[in-house]
Amino acid sequence: MPETLPVTEPYRDARQQHEAAMMGMYIFLGSEIMLFGGIFSVAAALRLAHSPEIIQASHALHFGIGGMNTAVLLTSSLFVALGVEAGRGGKANAAAGWVTAAAVLGLCFLAVKAYEYRLEFSEGLLPVPGVQSRYVTGVQHLFMDLYLVATALHALHLTIGVVLLATLAVQTARGAIPVPERAIVLITAGLYWHLVDVVWVFLYPVFYLAR
Amino acid sequence: MSETATERVSYLRAGHSLKSWLLTTDHKRIAILYVLSITFFFFVGAIAAALIRLDLLTPAGDLLTNDGYNRAFTIHGVVMVWFFLIPSIPNTFGNFLLPLMIGARDLAFPKLNLLSWYIYMIAGLFTVFVLIAGGVDTGWTFYTPLSTMYANGNVILAASAVFIVGFSSILTGLNFIVTVHKLRCPGMTWGRLPLFVWSIYATSLVLVLATPVLSITLVLISLERLFGLGIFNPALGGDPLLYQHLFWFYSHPAVYIMVLPALGVISELVAAGARKPIFGYQFVAASSVAIAALGFFVWGHHMFVSGQSAYASAAFSFLSIAVAIPSGIKVYNWTATLFKGHISLDPPFLFAMAFIGLFVFGGLTGLMLAMLAIDVHVHDTYFVIAHFHYIMVGGTVSAFFGALHYWWPKIVGRMYSIVWGRLAAIFIFLGFNLTFFPQFLLGYLGMPRRYHVYPPEFQVLNVFSSVGATLLGAAYLMPFIYFIHSLRYGAPAGDNPWGATGLEWTTPSPPPKHNFDSVPLVDRPPYDYEVEMEGDNA
Ligand code: HEM
Ligand SMILES: [Cu+2]
Repeated sequence: MPETLPVTEPYRDARQQHEAAMMGMYIFLGSEIMLFGGIFSVAAALRLAHSPEIIQASHALHFGIGGMNTAVLLTSSLFVALGVEAGRGGKANAAAGWVTAAAVLGLCFLAVKAYEYRLEFSEGLLPVPGVQSRYVTGVQHLFMDLYLVATALHALHLTIGVVLLATLAVQTARGAIPVPERAIVLITAGLYWHLVDVVWVFLYPVFYLAR
Repeated sequence: MSETATERVSYLRAGHSLKSWLLTTDHKRIAILYVLSITFFFFVGAIAAALIRLDLLTPAGDLLTNDGYNRAFTIHGVVMVWFFLIPSIPNTFGNFLLPLMIGARDLAFPKLNLLSWYIYMIAGLFTVFVLIAGGVDTGWTFYTPLSTMYANGNVILAASAVFIVGFSSILTGLNFIVTVHKLRCPGMTWGRLPLFVWSIYATSLVLVLATPVLSITLVLISLERLFGLGIFNPALGGDPLLYQHLFWFYSHPAVYIMVLPALGVISELVAAGARKPIFGYQFVAASSVAIAALGFFVWGHHMFVSGQSAYASAAFSFLSIAVAIPSGIKVYNWTATLFKGHISLDPPFLFAMAFIGLFVFGGLTGLMLAMLAIDVHVHDTYFVIAHFHYIMVGGTVSAFFGALHYWWPKIVGRMYSIVWGRLAAIFIFLGFNLTFFPQFLLGYLGMPRRYHVYPPEFQVLNVFSSVGATLLGAAYLMPFIYFIHSLRYGAPAGDNPWGATGLEWTTPSPPPKHNFDSVPLVDRPPYDYEVEMEGDNA
């Protein structure tokens, strides 16, 4: 393995390469925001059209479970930030440790979410064919449908994030990602994680709290 | 092996195996991969168009069944929009030229660039599969509830193809933006960027910000079709207009994805053809960004008669008309550049001239459509078809051919036949107008789009249009012949056959794998033609 990191093809120096990687990630996150933006505008349109029914439907969600998950995710973001800082400081093991902890919290979130879906399923809240539904009006269905689509899309992003963080943690611990030279990998992955987190910070009030 | 010796090998000769092409990260080779693949899809779309025009020769609709006709225009639209027009100029010329024009070795993320091509190909194969599986009948717009409840074609497969190709768009846009920001060579300030780079930059912003909205919309209609989700279904409290809002929030900006790169090409061609600095460089550059930005706020002009509120319509009408300002700036500045220039009539510049005329016509009819009262009359008629074909075929496709004729010597290192090039430009222009001008008249007289059975009094104009399409198709084939001929027999082009400014002309033709032997240094404004002419006189 090389002692100092070679600058790869199109770049003239390491700083330029670092800046390009950061910018690339920010732009990617911009497009992610537009993706979830589509969901949020649908949610807004439905709420404007059928406010009372949506408010009633949202009462059925377990906001306590959602709140707990919010805390889990926010803590995970803190761990990622600590991991990134450790990586920049050249402490490979500490970095790997924090990042692993964040990935584990991500798994916790997914587990809690799965439990919550199960609960909702048994309460007849989920739009699964063949299940006796608790809802009478179409709008209530619609709300739960959208909730399911939005949270599932978020969970998909989070799953990708968990895999990403776990891989990076292993590689950092093994030295395949030398820190601080390649800390940029941790930094950009961390940015992605924070965004997935921020999306939840908006999903939670929009579906659970605004009632 | 000495460094310089390897660096001087042209990108075409650096490796001959199939693998050296399919696993290349060289932006120039990826550009070639794109040229070949979009040409293939252009043919797929063109075959569908030929079926449509053949069927419209007679009022009876006797060639295709109703369903077959619907499938023909749907596949035509889907293939042309997402597999030809959107990637056409950015992914070929953008890929090839962007690093050369700003003095860089490659795009910022070469591997991502290759990945983007593979995603494009996977999506393209999906589309071919949709065709084999029997096609789709919703139109390229996938309007609900047709697409979610009534259509009996492969809606989900087609939506998946478009969903997948979106990732290719986003990655390419991202790559271009970062490249322009971070990889300009010393002295290549924002004020010295070639106008083509400005237009690709503006396009990339739209690609990155608009495409995800289409992605999520396609996911929603697929789920709705699969599971009866109901977000666009009024019976469940959903709203079909919501679909149109989301679709056009992407698709109007998408029309600027299709035309902005063409505007950039024309700026290059006009300056080189008139051998003058472009008039009002800053305004032309800024107008690209202005068009991209304004383009996000005019989508409602597709919904004037869909039942959106009159106040919304008025605002959208006003904003649509405002787009004419930056568009007009471009046209006036090109005209001012040509004024008193020594205008070359070589093929690329003929295409540029054709472009300007057709774009003005398409733009002016766009203004008519943006007027609430006129749109009520001509909405969903052939008038709209003619309008957007003037912009996208007369405009973008002409610019694509112009670019091909201008940069061909750089790309392959050989000249093609100038005489045949001129003839092709003239025939394409004539064929185009014969095909699409009658459609304005047809639309104004009330012929609706998407019908293949029509009243007999429309037949004459339809026959004109179909004959024109035949001429146009033949004219499009001409360049294929003389370009392929030039690959073998063309005279060596030299570094700078048009005597143009710009860093791409300072490299050998075809350029070496690493573009520049040493990092270039820019110390002159763009389109510095006068300085060169003084040099000539001295
Ligand atoms: C310059 C690039 C342009 C492109 C590529 C373009 C493309 C298109 C396309 C593809 C459609 C039809 C979509 C469909 O219904 O399937 C369309 C319709 C329309 N365009 Fe354009 N357009 C351009 C410029 C303009 C301008 C400058 C205006 C107004 C100032 C305009 C106003 C309209 C309107 C109002 C419609 C909808 C008409 C209707 O459906 O009744 N367009 N355009
Ligand atoms: Cu539009």
